[in-house]
Amino acid sequence: MNKAVIDPTPTDWNGHIMQKRIASRYAAERRFKAMGFMAVALSTLFLAFLLFTMLGQGLRGFQRTEIAVEFDFPALTSGATAASVTGPNADAALNSMDIPGLVELAVGQQYAGLGDSLLTSAAAANVRQMLIDNPELVTSKQTLWLPADSRLDVAFKRKGEPAAEKTVAALSEKDALRTGFNWTFLTGADATDPSAVGIWAAFKGSLMTMAITLLLAFPVGVLAALYLEEYAPKNRLTDMIEVSINNLAAVPSIIFGLLGLAVFLTIFGMPRSSALVGGLTLALMTMPVIVIAGRNAVKSVPPSIREAALGIGASPVQVVFHHVLPLALPGILTGTIIGMARALGETAPLLMIGMRAFIPAAPEGFTDAATALPVQIYLWSDEVNQGFVEKTSAAIIVLLIFLLGMNALAIYLRNRFETRW
Amino acid sequence: MNKKDVNVGENPGNPKISTRNVNVFYGDKQAINNVSIDVDRENVTAFIGPSGCGKSTFLRSLNRMNDTVIGARVEGEILLDGQDIYASSMDVVQLRARVGMVFQKPNPFPKSIYDNVAYGPRIHGLASGKAELDQIVEGSLTRAGLWTEVKDRLNESGTALSGGQQQRLCIARAIAVDPEVILMDEPCSALDPIATARIEELIHDLRGKYAIIIVTHNMQQAARVSQRTAFFHLGNLIEFGETSEIFTNPREDRTKDYITGRYG
Repeated sequence: MNKAVIDPTPTDWNGHIMQKRIASRYAAERRFKAMGFMAVALSTLFLAFLLFTMLGQGLRGFQRTEIAVEFDFPALTSGATAASVTGPNADAALNSMDIPGLVELAVGQQYAGLGDSLLTSAAAANVRQMLIDNPELVTSKQTLWLPADSRLDVAFKRKGEPAAEKTVAALSEKDALRTGFNWTFLTGADATDPSAVGIWAAFKGSLMTMAITLLLAFPVGVLAALYLEEYAPKNRLTDMIEVSINNLAAVPSIIFGLLGLAVFLTIFGMPRSSALVGGLTLALMTMPVIVIAGRNAVKSVPPSIREAALGIGASPVQVVFHHVLPLALPGILTGTIIGMARALGETAPLLMIGMRAFIPAAPEGFTDAATALPVQIYLWSDEVNQGFVEKTSAAIIVLLIFLLGMNALAIYLRNRFETRW
Repeated sequence: MNKKDVNVGENPGNPKISTRNVNVFYGDKQAINNVSIDVDRENVTAFIGPSGCGKSTFLRSLNRMNDTVIGARVEGEILLDGQDIYASSMDVVQLRARVGMVFQKPNPFPKSIYDNVAYGPRIHGLASGKAELDQIVEGSLTRAGLWTEVKDRLNESGTALSGGQQQRLCIARAIAVDPEVILMDEPCSALDPIATARIEELIHDLRGKYAIIIVTHNMQQAARVSQRTAFFHLGNLIEFGETSEIFTNPREDRTKDYITGRYG
């Protein structure tokens, strides 16, 4: 060592050894860049694959196959007028028409020999809605496009059962098939018939669950974070609380589900499979995430700001609410939305508290039986009926769009509240 | 420790702040050792001494900013106009309004210039309306020598100002609550010489209206701005007296050594 220091020979910066060192340094840099690029490319590839398969499968879920059915309304209804299906007595008039019977009759006449279940079970309800929307239809001969039965839907979109394929071929020959936008999917609820299912009930259930979660987890989480950072004495007890919160954030979600089952359902007797209990359970899960994110955000507020405020006689509460909280808010919001996004995608705890029930109508209130998007996806993916495959993918697209929206909101809020120094 | 050290800072008369046998501890470590000092109301008092001598610690115990430091403990008596500031009857929030502070690093709030100055009067309810608040803001900025520079951009962020302007904004913010004492903790250490000169001028102008205590590393600065100087070393108050006296004819060898640059 000492010898090198006193070594009189000057360092040969242009020599062979130095050149080799430089070359190997450059090579290391190139290797690192290549590996980084590959990592990014790989993750992009996975994302593209996910989106591609989801979109390829799922977009079909937003479409439905429709069959042209000719209705000779004057003959079928023995001369109903537009006036008779409007006004206060419209309901009774429509009921007395026996629309399911009419549909069966019309289909029977037109497509005799093609089997008896060409249309989905909801077709009669569709006709009824069309008549309510446009009473004039009832006075003349009409061709209405009605949603096809799920087997035909599958056979028309891709490959289905041989019998259904044959029917589709026969119908196509008559030019009686087309693809339409499946509004029912956006407005309906779960059903046994895949051509009649909708995502709205699950979407609304998720929305209500998230609302409960946010309402509970956000204020409690933020207050806990502020108290722990700004007020709590630093002692063994707060150390233990900190460790517990960190551990709580890592607890598997199904355990929170069991906790919710034991506490909210068994002890407090809250309504099973309701958005209220789902929201409370997910709030338990989200709160530690918000506390941790909140504490980090509060910690990153420069102490000089606190000193400045204290130095002109602000009380500790004023320091927190006038200075610390506004500066920490972007970080808190980002953490909150990450926690909420995780809660939105959570299935296991909701299964535990019974949100896996078959829900044929959107929940009206927070205590009604409800389901959530990820649970609905799970339930549909479990169905044997071929028609549910694309519905599952379509539901995943809806969930991903929901998530994307939440992340966009997080970015917007962060930029909105960010303080420029 | 000899007896002279204990009584070195006593200056009977009508002091603004008077401390007796003050000890400050950080946990087990004693940072300030039996300091007794009387601070004038009309003069600027400078605290000088080498790094780590406890002068900032002592300054921060005068408005109880040490309360926020975990493990900090103050013993002894600190009187503001004869009132014990560590008594349970003393409201610490009001104390800090009466004893304002300017920090080493300019620390304006990330708010507008107007809101920076108006914050103190607002939380203490010193203005009864918008007009009066405007007046306080203008008055404070004028006294801090910043008004002409910022009067057209009061809504811009305080953090967008230059370092020297930021420090004057902090002084304006401190005087906006009409304090009786202003503590300055190395207010110029982060500033260039021109900004430093402005602050020193400002301290001259503020003298008499407020009792000012300034902690500084810069001995020329202490000589320029203060009338009385206290020299701290290793947590002890070594010497306290007229600034001219301290710099030209110190009684203590340690003071002389420090002032002549032998250590520190």
